[in-house]
Amino acid sequence: MFKALTNKEARTRYLDSLKFGLYCMTHPLDGFWDLTHEKRGTMAAANTILFLAILIRILKLKYTSFIFITVYWEELNIFLYIASILFPLALWVVGNWGLTTLFDGKGRLGQVYMATCYGMLPYPLIQLPLMIMSNFVTVEEGQFYSVLSVISLIYCLLLIIAAMGQIHEFSGGKNLLFTVASLFAMLVLIFILMLFFSMITQGISYIVSLVREMLFRM
Amino acid sequence: METDVHMKHQAIKQMMKKRNRGTGYAALALIGVITSLAVMTLDSATAHATIHEHGYTYRYDYWGDVQDSPDIFSVTQTYTSADLLLEPRMKNPEGLYAHENMLYICDTGNNRIIELTVDDAKKLSVSRIIDSFQGGPGVNTFAGPTDIAISEQGNMYIADMGNARILQLDENLNYISELGKPEDSALDAGLIFQPYKIAVDTAERIYCVAKGINKGLCKYEADGSFSGFVGALPATYNLWDYLWKKIASQEQLAKMTSFVPTEYDNLYMDYEGFIYAVTGNVSEDDLKSGQVSAVRKLNLLGSDILVRNGDYDNYGDLYMGDGGGHQGPSLFSDVTVFENDTYVCLDRNRGRAFGYDDQGRLMFAFGGNGNEDGTFNWAIGIEHIGTDLFILDLQTGTITTYSLTEFGRLVFQAIDQFDDGDYDGSRATWDEVMKLNGNYDLAYIGIGRSLLRQKNYKEAMRYFEIKYDDDNYSKAFKQYRKEWVESNILWIVIILLALFLIPMGIGRYRKIKHDIATADIFLIDQ
Repeated sequence: MFKALTNKEARTRYLDSLKFGLYCMTHPLDGFWDLTHEKRGTMAAANTILFLAILIRILKLKYTSFIFITVYWEELNIFLYIASILFPLALWVVGNWGLTTLFDGKGRLGQVYMATCYGMLPYPLIQLPLMIMSNFVTVEEGQFYSVLSVISLIYCLLLIIAAMGQIHEFSGGKNLLFTVASLFAMLVLIFILMLFFSMITQGISYIVSLVREMLFRM
Repeated sequence: METDVHMKHQAIKQMMKKRNRGTGYAALALIGVITSLAVMTLDSATAHATIHEHGYTYRYDYWGDVQDSPDIFSVTQTYTSADLLLEPRMKNPEGLYAHENMLYICDTGNNRIIELTVDDAKKLSVSRIIDSFQGGPGVNTFAGPTDIAISEQGNMYIADMGNARILQLDENLNYISELGKPEDSALDAGLIFQPYKIAVDTAERIYCVAKGINKGLCKYEADGSFSGFVGALPATYNLWDYLWKKIASQEQLAKMTSFVPTEYDNLYMDYEGFIYAVTGNVSEDDLKSGQVSAVRKLNLLGSDILVRNGDYDNYGDLYMGDGGGHQGPSLFSDVTVFENDTYVCLDRNRGRAFGYDDQGRLMFAFGGNGNEDGTFNWAIGIEHIGTDLFILDLQTGTITTYSLTEFGRLVFQAIDQFDDGDYDGSRATWDEVMKLNGNYDLAYIGIGRSLLRQKNYKEAMRYFEIKYDDDNYSKAFKQYRKEWVESNILWIVIILLALFLIPMGIGRYRKIKHDIATADIFLIDQ
């Protein structure tokens, strides 16, 4: 990843692949096909886009006008907040890959991740100017903000759905079906994780109480 | 009790952590919540309720957190029947009414009305006991009087509930007339008229809350004729009931209760002739969804004109969980309106009084259930004379008097000064308030509003932003932006022109250069 800093060739490839994200935004079907099949995308660029999305989401808390977002700072946990992007993303990637790989999906785990990250590009690109703009509007003009903000999310959503269809080489209907199925897969994953956590918690508390009991008797 | 309130806090805080206008995070947020739930289950093991001492008086801030406050009203004295030398003792008194420096208590259980005089030292003493009147066609005693109102001319109107009539007496207790059941075809013929609470306006029109009538307030003209119902509360239902009714058969429908509007519990005629009406027939869902307003300010046409600019709707306590044996929302039993348009609602559920300013912002909440001074068993009536408050307790038959503290006096003074247009004075007074209570949101907003009127927009914005008052902030910002654009118009034009002209100029230059380079005359003829 850091090769880009020193190696000129790697740097041009990184910048090209980052720029390719813009092409994917405007030509989703063509762009996401080339992303994996023509190897136009890089992991480094995908990571950068994800990082930007998280960064903007955090900056929004502080720099959006209080008219639109008010934050109860006492209760804000920055790690949980970051996790609120990363965790669903991880679930989505694993859930989607796990499911599609059973049904002729051509995309690999890394490619699902990369395409999803590329699909998130409109979020930082729209939200950053929006964040700055929010400080120059009044409540009555706030509709612009809300509408654009929702558009940025819908844009991302559509891009991600399109991206999945292209990298798995699915037809439109099959793609939509597996998008919905992936959401269910995510729920199943959450269920398993919660089960896992509660089992671990109980296991630990069992051992702790066992040790306590022994200490009492010694 | 504290524990429970605190837990509720946590839940609501989580909900409101990011009150994010319109930016539905859609799927991401939903999944985020599920995620954080998973983490929270781990957290809950370490979560513990912190028990902290509450001030006697509190208010809710923007987040719905309880902010302790210095007292605005403090108890001056609690009068029992013995203190007032009343024999027999008051029994279930239901009505309290103030007129000039007189206070009237409807001693419902003893069928009498007690007239108290409030002297200059704010002491109460019984001046007259009204248990009968002269003249009239029927019985000339009362049967469970529940309310009294006195017009400007001095005529007394008494809701004589047990005798199904509203009596009109002159000041010497001579019978003038009486009002009966409204003549309205929509009313059930078998319904017994039970006038419960009454108010009279300057034109001697009478408004009455009657038990069993949910069509609004019964309005009688000065000549005693019934002229209609005003200000009915809307019927409430939830979506599920509604859908169910749509698909239910006739037989099933017959078994179901129909959606009926709720009844008012009390009313108050303010100094301008507007009626403040409260209802205690409310549920948590109705209040939180905004379907029912616990307090309404009715104009002559019966429309609700109450200003609701507060962070929360005007329904008393935000936290409705079980605590100290009381649960559910605040159930308002009475309201009184000061001459500066601030009003105080009395909650019989938790025995608290909630004061709101003319913008509908919570100023203070105090009280509670109990047997100490300043707590109640069944708070039923609230009244004011000047800036003194009087609260009547139905169960113990006591009357508690309150007067403004230093803090309260300043708050009232700041509001009055603002209303009078003395913005400098108002600002200075709010500053004093802030010295006594730095957490008092109304002080920040009050200063902001004064600054706004003084056209000091930038400072005003700062104060509004601190307390998240987005509407006032926008007002100030709009003016500030306008001023800024006006003073910098030259630069804005220059920059805009530059943005257009420079690229245009560059394009032109390149074109000319290109034209010259490819011009025919420079081609050497070979």
